[in-house]
Amino acid sequence: MIAALIGLPLFGAVVLLLGGRRTNAWGHLLAVAMSASSFFVAAILFVQMIGKPEEEREIGQHLFDWIAVGAFQIPFGFLLDQLSIVFVLLITGVGTLIHIYSIGYMEHEPNRRQFFGYLNLFIAAMLLLVLADNYFLLYLGWESVGLASYLLISFYQQKPSAAAAGKKAFIVNRVGDVGLALAILLMFVTFGTLSFEGVAAGAGIASPSTLTWIGLALLLAACGKSAQFPLQSWLLDAMEGPTPVSALIHAATMVTAGVYLIVRAHAIFDLSETARTAVVAVGAITLLLGAFIGTAKDDIKKGLAGSTMSQIGYMILAAGLGPVGYVFAIFHLLTHGMFKAGLFLGAGSVMHGMHDDVNMRHYGALRTMMKVTYATFGLGFLAIIGIPPFAGFWSKDEIIHAAFGQNMFIGLATLLGAGVTAFYMTRMMAMTFFGEARWEPDVKPHESSAVMTIPMIVLALGSAFGGMAMLFIGDIEHWLEPVTGFAYPQNSVSNAVLIPITLSVILVGAGYAWLRYGRRPIPVVAPANVSLLTRTARADAYGDAINESLFMRPGQYLTRSLTWFDTKAIDGFVGGIAAAIGGLSARSRRLQNGLVRSYALTMLGGAALIALVLLLVRL
Amino acid sequence: MLLTTMLLIPLVGSIVVFLLPVAKAALAKQVALGFAIVTLAVSLVVVAGLDNSTGLLQYVESYEWIAAFGISWTLGVNGISALLIVMSTILVPVAMIAGWWDAENATRGTAKGYFALILILESCMIGAFAANDLFLFYVFFEAMLFPVYFLIGRFGGPQRAYAAMKFLLYSLVGGLFMLAAMIGLYVVSARELGAGTFDVVTLTSLNIDPGTQKMLFLGFFFAFAVKAPMVPFHTWLPDAAAEATPGTSTLLVGVLDKVGTFGMLHFLLPIFPEASKFYAPIIIVLAVISIFYGALVAIGQTDVMRLIAFTSISHFGFIVLGIFVFTSQGLSGASFYMVNHGFSTGALFLVMGYLVSRRGSKRIADYGGVQKVAPIMTGVFLLSGLSSLALPGMSSFVSEFLVLAGTFAVNQPAAIFATLGIVLAAVYILWLYQRMMTGMPPQEVTETVTEINRRELTAVVPLIVLLIALGFFPQVALNAINPAVQQVQEYVGFSDPQATVEIEGSGP
Repeated sequence: MIAALIGLPLFGAVVLLLGGRRTNAWGHLLAVAMSASSFFVAAILFVQMIGKPEEEREIGQHLFDWIAVGAFQIPFGFLLDQLSIVFVLLITGVGTLIHIYSIGYMEHEPNRRQFFGYLNLFIAAMLLLVLADNYFLLYLGWESVGLASYLLISFYQQKPSAAAAGKKAFIVNRVGDVGLALAILLMFVTFGTLSFEGVAAGAGIASPSTLTWIGLALLLAACGKSAQFPLQSWLLDAMEGPTPVSALIHAATMVTAGVYLIVRAHAIFDLSETARTAVVAVGAITLLLGAFIGTAKDDIKKGLAGSTMSQIGYMILAAGLGPVGYVFAIFHLLTHGMFKAGLFLGAGSVMHGMHDDVNMRHYGALRTMMKVTYATFGLGFLAIIGIPPFAGFWSKDEIIHAAFGQNMFIGLATLLGAGVTAFYMTRMMAMTFFGEARWEPDVKPHESSAVMTIPMIVLALGSAFGGMAMLFIGDIEHWLEPVTGFAYPQNSVSNAVLIPITLSVILVGAGYAWLRYGRRPIPVVAPANVSLLTRTARADAYGDAINESLFMRPGQYLTRSLTWFDTKAIDGFVGGIAAAIGGLSARSRRLQNGLVRSYALTMLGGAALIALVLLLVRL
Repeated sequence: MLLTTMLLIPLVGSIVVFLLPVAKAALAKQVALGFAIVTLAVSLVVVAGLDNSTGLLQYVESYEWIAAFGISWTLGVNGISALLIVMSTILVPVAMIAGWWDAENATRGTAKGYFALILILESCMIGAFAANDLFLFYVFFEAMLFPVYFLIGRFGGPQRAYAAMKFLLYSLVGGLFMLAAMIGLYVVSARELGAGTFDVVTLTSLNIDPGTQKMLFLGFFFAFAVKAPMVPFHTWLPDAAAEATPGTSTLLVGVLDKVGTFGMLHFLLPIFPEASKFYAPIIIVLAVISIFYGALVAIGQTDVMRLIAFTSISHFGFIVLGIFVFTSQGLSGASFYMVNHGFSTGALFLVMGYLVSRRGSKRIADYGGVQKVAPIMTGVFLLSGLSSLALPGMSSFVSEFLVLAGTFAVNQPAAIFATLGIVLAAVYILWLYQRMMTGMPPQEVTETVTEINRRELTAVVPLIVLLIALGFFPQVALNAINPAVQQVQEYVGFSDPQATVEIEGSGP
C-alpha cells in the first residue's frame, strides 16, 4: 500500500515523459488521475491509522536491500507514521488540487504534457522524501524533489531568466545537500546505521559534540531546501516557474522539507542545545528577512515568495524550540500549505486575467472583476495574517506563545514578524483588489474558469476552517506526540495576554499598510526616490550581491586562473621538457620522424631507468 | 579457455574486417559490430557464471610462455575485473553504433580500418583487465596505445597529430617507469623464491621489505597515475579527448583510463601493502586536489569535449580516493565508480558528439536553445549530465557516496573536501546545459541541428537505462564487487573501523 502511494504518480511521470506526443491529448488527465488515486490511497491509510490504537499506528514496508557494503546497509524501506501521513495527505491533497488547476492554467502551453509529467514526478519524489525509513533514502527523495523543482522552475527554457533561475536553485540547494551528506556521513560513522530508529536509539549515548555537528549539518541542509538564511536567495528567482509550481513546490510542500527534516531528526536536536539555538537563530533571522523583503515587492509572486521564506522561518524557529515547538512547526506547515497554496493559485488566477503581468502596480480594483479570486484570496489573506478563527491564527499564535516561553527576544521577533506580515499582505490586497484600475491598455481582466476556481475554493475553505479542524477535531498535538514528543510551553506570558497583543500588532501593521496603499493612489511606475530600507528590501536585502561578491566572483577568478595555469604552466612545463629533448616540437608533417626519434629517446631513458632500479634493489 | 576465447574474438574480428575490401565499408562495419556483440555475449556468460562467494580469481587459465623469465599467459577474473570487462564490451558496440559514420571523411584512414582498430583495442582492454601475469599485463598495457594512437591520429580533429603524439609520449614514459619497477620486482622475487616470477598471486604472497616496496611502488604508481590520469599528469587527456572521435573518446576515457585505477586496486594494494599504506596520505591529498582541480578547470572550459575530459579528471579523483582509504565502502565504491563512470562519461561524449557533428563546432558559445530544435537529444544529454553530477537515483550517486562514506570513516578532512566537490559538479553540468540547451536558438543552430536519430538513440539509451537501473539496484554489481574487495582488504591487512556507538550494546 505504501509503495502504491509513490508508484502511482511515478507511473504517470514515466508514461508522460517517455510516451511523447502520443500522450498529448490525455496526458494531463492521466496525471490528475494518478495524483488523485495516490490521495485516495493516502486517505484509506489514514482512516486505517485512526482506527488503530496509538502504539500500533506506525507501519513499515521493506521493498528490497538497496545498498549493502560492509557496515553500510541501506534498505529501500518505507515508514508511515503519524508524522508522515499528514505530509502524505498534504502533498497528495494540495498536489491533486494544483494538478486540476493546472489543466486550466497551462491550457495554451504546447508542452503541457511534459509539465504534467514533471508534476507527477515531483509528487512521487516528495512522497519518497517523507516516507523513507532512513536518512539515505530520504536523501534520494531530497535531491529528486530538487530535480523536479529544477525542471519546473526552468520549464520555460527558452527564457534565459528561467533557465538561470532553475540552475541557481539547484546549485544553492546543492550547497545545502553538502550539509545533508555530511550529516549522513557523521551518523554512519557514529551509529553504524542510517535508519531513523537506529539513529534515535543511539543518540542518547553519542558524544554531545558529535550530536551538535550532526544537528548543524542537518540545519545547513534545511537552509538550502527551505530557503532559509543564508541560502535563501534562490527562492525569489524560483518564481520564474509557472505559478502552479510556485504554489505546490515553492510554497506548500518542497520548501517545507527542511522543517520535516529537523522534526524527523528530533532525537538529535533534543540532545543538542547548541544545534537548537542555531536553528532558532536561523528561523528568527529568516522570518524577519523574508517579511522585510515582502514589504517592497511589486511583483505579486515575489511578494508571496518573501512571505513563504518568512512563514517557513516561523516553522524552523518552532522546530528549534524542541518538544514545545515540533508539533506547532508541523501544524503551521500544514495550515501554511493550504493558505499559501491558495494565495499562489489566486495570484495565478489574477495573472491569467491580466495577460501574465505580475506587476501589482498594473492591477487595482480587481475585486469586482474577479469575485471568486477576490473572495478566496481574501480568506487566504485573513489566514496568513492570523485573524481568528482562520487557519493561520491557531498555528502562528502557538508558535509566538512558545517563542515567548523560550526567550523574550525570540518572542518579540515572532511578534514583529506578525506585524510586518499583516503590512505586506494588506499592501498586496490593496494594490491588487482595491483602489483604482491601473490596467495596461489592452488588458481586460476576467475571472478564471471553474477548473481553476474550484481548487481555489477548496483551499480557501481549508484556510478558513483547516486550523480549527486540525486543532479541535484532529487534536494535532497529541496526534503527533508519539513521533515527535510534546511538552506544554512553560510560559510567564499566558495566551490570554498574548493574543490581544498579537492581534493589536497585526491590526497596526494592516492599518498602516491600508493608509499607505489603500487610501492613497498608487503610482504605476515604482518611485525611485525611496528610503534606504525600501531600496534594501527591493534588492532582496542584497542577498544576491553578497553571494556574488563572496562566492561567484572569487570562484570565477579561481576558475579562470586555474584554466590559464593548466594550459600555460602545467602543460607548458611538460611541453617544454618534451621540446627540449626534441620530441613534441615535431611538426605534424614530420609525424613519422618525430615518432621514431622520440621513441628512441624514451627507450634510451627507459634503459637508464631500469639500470637505476636494478641498482636500487641491489641486484 | 573462456577468457582467452573472449580476448581472441575481437582480435580475429579485426583481422577479418581488415581483410575485407575497402569498397565494402558497410559490410566491414556490420561484421565488426557482429564480433563486438559476440564478445559482449561471451563476457555476459563470464559474469553470469561468476561465484560471488569468493574474492579469489576465477576462470583461471595459465600457460607457459617464456619459461626462462617466469613469464606465463595467466588470465583470471574476480568480480571487479569481470564487471570492468563487461563495461568495456558494452561500450565497444555502443561506440561503434554511435560512430557509424565518423570515419567516412578521414583523410588518411578508412572506415574498415577504424572499426578494425576498435576491435584490436577491445582485445587489449580485455587482456589488461584479465591478465594476472604482470608481464602479460604490461604487454596489453603498452599494446593498447597503438590502436588508440592511430584512432586519434588518423580519425581525429584538426589537432589530431599533436594530441595523438602527446598521448603516446605520456603513456610511453609512464609505461617505462612501470617496466623498470617490474624488472625490479622480478629481481626481488628471484631473490626470495630462487626463480623469478611475474605471476601476480605469487608476487602478492611475497614478503618484500618495506624500503624496496616504497621504491617499486612509485614506478607503478607513476604509470597508473598518468593513465588514470591524476593531476598533474593529466594534460594529455583533454587534448586527446577533444581531438578524437566521440567513440574513441568514450573508449579512451571510459575504459582505457580505468586500466590505471584498476592497476592501483588490483596490483599495487595487494603486492605492495606496506608501501600503499605509507603513501596513502599523500595520494589521498592528490586525489582530493584532482577532484577540485578537475571540476574547477572544467567550469572554465570553452570547448565542450575538453570540459567533459576535465570532469573525468575530477571523477578519477574520487576513484583514487576510494582506493587509498582501504575501507570496504571506499574500495567497493571506487570499483563501482569505474563501471558507472564508463557509462555516464560515454553517454556524455556520444551525445555531445552528435551535436558537434551537426553544428560543426565544439565551442560551447556556438550553441544555445538546442532544446527548441532537438528536445529528445536535450533530454538524453540532461540525463547523462545528471549522472555525471551524481544525482541520487543514478548509479554514480551510489558509488560516489560509498567513496565518501568509506573516506569519512578514516579521513574526515578529505571526505569533507570531497563532499564540497558535489557543488562544483552541479555547476559544471548545469551551466553547460544552460549555455548549450536553453534560451532561444541562434540561426546557425536552427539551420544545422536536427533531432537525434534512431541509430544514435540506440547507442545511448542502453547506457542511460543502465545508469538508472544500477542506481536503484546497485547490489547487482556490488554483490560481485564486495568479495573481491574483501580479498584486497585482506591483502592490505586492513579492516573497517567500528561505529563509535554500539547500538545493540554488543561492545565490551
